[in-house]
Amino acid sequence: MKVKQFYLFLLMVAFTTIIVACSGSNGASTPEEGSSGSTEGTSDSDEDVIEVGILHSLSGTMAISETSVHDAELLAINEINENGGVLGKQIKPVIEDGASDWPTFAEKAKKLLQQDKVATIFGGWTSASRKAMLPVVEESNGLLWYPVQYEGMESSPNIFYTGAAPNQQIVPAVDWLLENRGTKFYLLGSDYVFPRTANAAIKAQLEDAGADLVGEEYTPLGHTDYNTVIAKIKSEKPDVIFNTLNGDSNVAFFKQLKDAGITSEDITVLSVSVAEEEVRGIGADAIAGHLTSWNYYQTTETPENSEFVAAYKAAYGEDRVTADPIEAGYFGVYLWAAAVEKAGTTDVDAVKEAAKELEFQAPGGLVKVDGENQHVYKTVRIGEVQGDGQIKELWNSGEPVKPDPFLKGFDWASGLAESLGQ
Amino acid sequence: MSGTILTLFNGLSLGSILLLIALGLAVTFGLMKVINMAHGELIMIGAYVTYVIQSLFLKYVPEPFFDLYFLLSIPIAFLIAAGFGILLEVSLIRFLYKRPLDSLLATYGVGLMLQQLARSIFGAPNVGVQSPSFLNGGLTIGTLVLPYSRIFILSLSILCLVAIFLYFYRTTNGRRVRAVMQNRQMAECLGVQTRRVDLVTFAIGSGFAGIAGCALTLLGPIGPTIGTYYIIDAFMVVVVGGVGALVGAVVGAFGIGFFNTIFEFFTSATIGKVLVFMLIIAFLQWRPSGLVSSRSRVLDE
Amino acid sequence: MGKIMNQSIFNKKNLLLLGFIVLLIAPLFLTDFRLNLLGKYLAFAILVIGLDLLWGYTGVLSLGHGIFFGIGAYAMGMYLKLEASGTTKLPDFMAWSGVQELPFIWVPFQNPILAIILGIFIPLMIALLLGLLTFRNRINGVYFTILSQALVVVVVTLFVGQQGLTGGTNGLTSFNTIFGFSLASTTTQTVIYLITAAVLAIVYFASKVLINGRLGQVLIGIRDGENRLRFLGYDPAIFKTFIYALSAGIAGLAGMLFVLQVGIISPTMMGIIPSIEMVLWVALGGRGTLIGPVIGAILVNWAKTSFSESYPDIWLYFLGLMFVIVVVFLPDGLMGLFKKFQKRWSGLHDKQPDSARVEKNYS
Repeated sequence: MKVKQFYLFLLMVAFTTIIVACSGSNGASTPEEGSSGSTEGTSDSDEDVIEVGILHSLSGTMAISETSVHDAELLAINEINENGGVLGKQIKPVIEDGASDWPTFAEKAKKLLQQDKVATIFGGWTSASRKAMLPVVEESNGLLWYPVQYEGMESSPNIFYTGAAPNQQIVPAVDWLLENRGTKFYLLGSDYVFPRTANAAIKAQLEDAGADLVGEEYTPLGHTDYNTVIAKIKSEKPDVIFNTLNGDSNVAFFKQLKDAGITSEDITVLSVSVAEEEVRGIGADAIAGHLTSWNYYQTTETPENSEFVAAYKAAYGEDRVTADPIEAGYFGVYLWAAAVEKAGTTDVDAVKEAAKELEFQAPGGLVKVDGENQHVYKTVRIGEVQGDGQIKELWNSGEPVKPDPFLKGFDWASGLAESLGQ
Repeated sequence: MSGTILTLFNGLSLGSILLLIALGLAVTFGLMKVINMAHGELIMIGAYVTYVIQSLFLKYVPEPFFDLYFLLSIPIAFLIAAGFGILLEVSLIRFLYKRPLDSLLATYGVGLMLQQLARSIFGAPNVGVQSPSFLNGGLTIGTLVLPYSRIFILSLSILCLVAIFLYFYRTTNGRRVRAVMQNRQMAECLGVQTRRVDLVTFAIGSGFAGIAGCALTLLGPIGPTIGTYYIIDAFMVVVVGGVGALVGAVVGAFGIGFFNTIFEFFTSATIGKVLVFMLIIAFLQWRPSGLVSSRSRVLDE
Repeated sequence: MGKIMNQSIFNKKNLLLLGFIVLLIAPLFLTDFRLNLLGKYLAFAILVIGLDLLWGYTGVLSLGHGIFFGIGAYAMGMYLKLEASGTTKLPDFMAWSGVQELPFIWVPFQNPILAIILGIFIPLMIALLLGLLTFRNRINGVYFTILSQALVVVVVTLFVGQQGLTGGTNGLTSFNTIFGFSLASTTTQTVIYLITAAVLAIVYFASKVLINGRLGQVLIGIRDGENRLRFLGYDPAIFKTFIYALSAGIAGLAGMLFVLQVGIISPTMMGIIPSIEMVLWVALGGRGTLIGPVIGAILVNWAKTSFSESYPDIWLYFLGLMFVIVVVFLPDGLMGLFKKFQKRWSGLHDKQPDSARVEKNYS
């Protein structure tokens, strides 16, 4: 029977594939035994480089935001390499695609740490991607630099958070709005973890301040029709909309808000997920006059920033803009490099120890790593979107604010913190 | 009172958007039984065409004429999307007329490639399009504001519907299309070039996706993955309405539009969406072939 | 000589056995990370056997198998999460969402055995109910496919929206132990891998028995001419419902094994995109054969891992192209391709001794 002969062939192909599949990338670099050694178990030829992982979504829905952070991190690595690298070695980025899929983030983080033995990972954007990587980096005692503002309530010993904690973005924004724009709040967010957690904190804060919460609405991710939501907002007549919508939904919301004849003078929208990059997708004409709260704007006036903006544009094109997460990704690389220099090794525990209270002049001003929770001190800035797509700073906190991811320093948040058992 | 009118208008508006994205699909899926999952990506192409034309206008055309870009991009979006449709039909779809489920998978693959193509050309971030000034603002009736852009889309979808109707029911070519769809062999015997009819019909269906993409730049984002937001809704419209009938698509679109708006108004956007889709599943149990179905004695279709 | 060997030792059964043995000894020559990946592929392979029973043999295409896979994974994830949180505390995400006490849906999942049973049972029941309704009402072909997508939208939106119950977009992650054993330890992972391989073998052989029996003939009958079968007195709806529920149960089982090895489950795994990709694995391997989809699942996922490691931006082109080529030009998948080759190959072989045999072979 020829069928059997054929099965032989087929199954042989299958098995070879499996074996090649599973030992594939190993063969190229180092023999198996060598890689199970110390954290620096790279082969002889790699001795003069330090490998670091870069793990962002380069495809899928999150690629919209994450590719720019990826670019900024590569820029920082190139700059450091041009100035002689770290510990006299060049930094070699190992790039992986998280593909907007959280299990993929976990898998790729595992690959970077366990197989490539990278010294650290820079990556993630959504909270979900960070939560997916968290058990992996903790388990293999790796290091992750996470560059985006988030909802707080987390402090992993293996993660450095270079984006804003809630008390460095959301809390001061609510205070500022209460003081300057009115007390009737409407909370609008995408239906996922960050908006719901952030809004839980905002509600406690509003209650404490005696302000009015007139509505709260969540729309599915990727929602593109805001007609009905806008109708609801109109009937409630809030002074302020606190906007935690994500990504594409912002485009639809602002365009339709403008079409419905609501300007920033009628109702101010303050967004915490809209930066310069997103403004371009929305169209500056639709969002001009509305507010944002961040730690950095392209217009922030520091000598470091003019250099950074110029370098970024030179590397990726005149038409590109910088934004808060881009800056946080950028200085995260520098912070890590400084910590490695200070520690004299890339060993994770030593780097973590060295990073404590480390200071760096970032494009957005001085940043300092908090030794306790591994977030960074940052200056809070509230800005207004201009007609040219840039954001003009209206207010800043004057000095870097100490990060407080669990909002321990606020009485009204005690209920929230208690329920966490922290 | 004004709340009721506003809800009605919002339902009508959502319905018209759904109709616009589903019209092309009603042609390719409804008449030709091809499941084109790349329909969403054809919408995306329409949106990017609008963006490119706007950018060209910003660069080369004096400002007073800037608004004209939008009127110009509608026919161009139609032509370019139709061009992609022709390419798709010739290279792929024509092998799959007898295998609808396979056409679904193959076109899904095409969709993936088109998304990546858009990302390679225009970059991953969204791009912005400035709405033409004549569509800014809205019609004010008492306390009501009806946005011009929504009124425009409503009229555009009706216009497209009329155009498709006239083409299929009042022209010789349209009659040929219907003849081929009803009885291919008979039409062939009578001298209709069925290959050509297939090609033209598919191109028209794709072209309308381009128009939809152009119109949607007024309301939504423009990025590589926007097609995925619309494709499922578009299929639901066609299936609920009844495959093979344009009237069905109209009823399906406005039906889903109204229910969605009402549910969303009284609950939340998330619950509203869940309710609408559950309603669709339940509805199909009751009328498996949609609201408007042509009776046929054929057993194995 | 080679031919004799083929006939004596390398028959189909022995080859499958050999394959299984290779999978069993894989822990000896693979790194932990690669073994973990292979385990994930095997979990997918289990899933596609169910999907293939439904699509390849019965002709019903479901684009919603991601949710059955996901529900199974969530069932296991809920148990793991409860175990990680200890007996007194709530899972962390519930606390953020303001949930005060353990929701009643979560209570049964404190018991691992019950969690495993529910992980298979819940998908099975959902499929049974939907199948009974849908197939009874003679919703067939394309309509069923689109309806299955609507189901995906409903379930995913619900899972994302009910953050206090499901963890929202984050899904469930940060697990510690299973039955008291650390999930991170190499031994536990190897045992889980071996269990996955064993489950794959069991599911494979059970399906083989099913397909080779009378039921298999009925299923193929439904695929190739449902109405003829109906005229012969069979009720296709019952058979379709049965196989739909069965494949959903298998998907749930696969999901549980997936979450044990990957350590996270989130709504993205249940969406339309993963559901369509699963179908591609079946198509690539060859629908209507059992071994084909298994090979397809392993092959595509391996390609995905290694391609996206080296060329993340090319991966989507490649994936898209694979869809197109397989569906349009290789409707029978790799198995079909190999069969073709094999025919030609054996044809050439036999030409030298006796050209007349070529004709014979062909029929």
